[in-house]
Amino acid sequence: MRESIIMKIHYGTALGAVVLVAVHVLFRITMMSYGDSLQYENVIANYKFVPYAIMLELILVLLSVHGFNGLRVILIELKQGKSYEKAVTYGCLAAMAILIAYGSRTILLTSMGMT
Amino acid sequence: MKRNENREGIKGMANPGRYGIERVSYWLMRITGLGLLAYLIGHIYETSSILNGKSVWDSMLQLTQTTQGHVILTLVIGMCVFHTVNGIRLMLGHGGIGVGKPTRPDYPYIPNSQNMKNKLCIYASIGVAALAMMYGLSVLFGE
Amino acid sequence: MANTQIAEEQSSSEVSSKTVTLKIAKFNPEHDSGTQFVDFKVQYERWTTVLDAILDVKEHLDHSVAVRYSCRQASCGSCGMKINGRPRLACFTKISELDSDVITVEPMNNYPIVRDLVVDLEGMFDTHKKMKPFIINEDSEITNTKEFLQTPEQIEEYIQFANCIKCGLCNSACPTMATDSSFLGPQALTQAYRYVADNRDKGKNERLKIIDESHGIWRCHFAGSCSQVCPKGVDPAMGIQLLRGYLLGFRK
Repeated sequence: MRESIIMKIHYGTALGAVVLVAVHVLFRITMMSYGDSLQYENVIANYKFVPYAIMLELILVLLSVHGFNGLRVILIELKQGKSYEKAVTYGCLAAMAILIAYGSRTILLTSMGMT
Repeated sequence: MKRNENREGIKGMANPGRYGIERVSYWLMRITGLGLLAYLIGHIYETSSILNGKSVWDSMLQLTQTTQGHVILTLVIGMCVFHTVNGIRLMLGHGGIGVGKPTRPDYPYIPNSQNMKNKLCIYASIGVAALAMMYGLSVLFGE
Repeated sequence: MANTQIAEEQSSSEVSSKTVTLKIAKFNPEHDSGTQFVDFKVQYERWTTVLDAILDVKEHLDHSVAVRYSCRQASCGSCGMKINGRPRLACFTKISELDSDVITVEPMNNYPIVRDLVVDLEGMFDTHKKMKPFIINEDSEITNTKEFLQTPEQIEEYIQFANCIKCGLCNSACPTMATDSSFLGPQALTQAYRYVADNRDKGKNERLKIIDESHGIWRCHFAGSCSQVCPKGVDPAMGIQLLRGYLLGFRK
């Protein structure tokens, strides 16, 4: 993939995440007090509200892509070499996939009531 | 034989002292990015405890709802706000917006791209991050 | 007689030699294991440049100091070195403006050291050539039998970036260059913009393809250190961002 496409994804995920994280944070502090919003029942209710669950999934994907691409950028600027750069790229992709899978599992199972 | 390239290395890259606020913002952007990625991983692990029932969720909450937990969360708020505001400045800059127009340079050659607008945006992102941290502290410790 | 006296008085009031310690980094990669700093006391006037002081040392105190210079007027780009921690041209930096009793001169970072203060700029010239630093246009001025006319506005689009003297200070100050040996660097990227922005040139797509690689333009994070050290007002940071504007679709 051309670097310009990767970086356009980097900027796009950043913009998307800014909007969605703002909504996520506002949910914590506007609906009820911050402490109450973290109570088990309220959190479960949040997950079961499908649009919110979809938004959480989107945030997870956007931030994982943005974060691990940022890490890749930092790492390939620190050290160079064909095999090292390949390892960094695939390592970051794998870590991103694992994080998305792990987070999605929480969102999916909780929203389906399997807790 | 491979010649020593005399690279400045991480110390030189990270040294924010010699080149003004723009270099400080470069350095802060990296640090906050890494910090936020670490938080994202921690947050996903933390919230996964909800799958194990109310008691596990409550004990995880107890673990994070401490003074140290609140301080870390306040730092995360600051990092997030700085990374966002400065990130928007950088994105616009990377597109060539707000970096000035090419001209015929004159001594003492003050670079147009290092203009006051950019400097003010960097100071503003630090300021807004500080304000958000104060608000975060009031919410977290105000209960 | 009276006139001569006034002239003498004036010159004696202007010439007030002060002394500064010049710390010169000495290193010969062929037989030295590390850099050694050697101190020299040199006298200077308000107008004495760091290059003048180094040449004074070379003439009177240590003939072996290796330094590269030519024009002495910031036109040739030969005498770039790190002066008190920042890359500068030695011929363009007055000791009096540094406001310090100790002047430390070292070779520029991010280039292999040839000896003492002399670095090898070959790598920078290579990346510069990679940018195809010439007008790409099938129609030549000769076959058309007329010049490519440009308006003053069209010239202003690129003339600032044509001031580059290839001294290499920008590459030495760049935080990415500090660790990334494959990065094209601010010098080369700015020169790519210089030609892309020239309305006579038709090689935009070719050059954009060259810079759009993993160690190309995207490794610039707009820290601006390159522009802060440029002795000719080229402002590489601006050139690079404007160039990236084409890749991001902000410019056509």
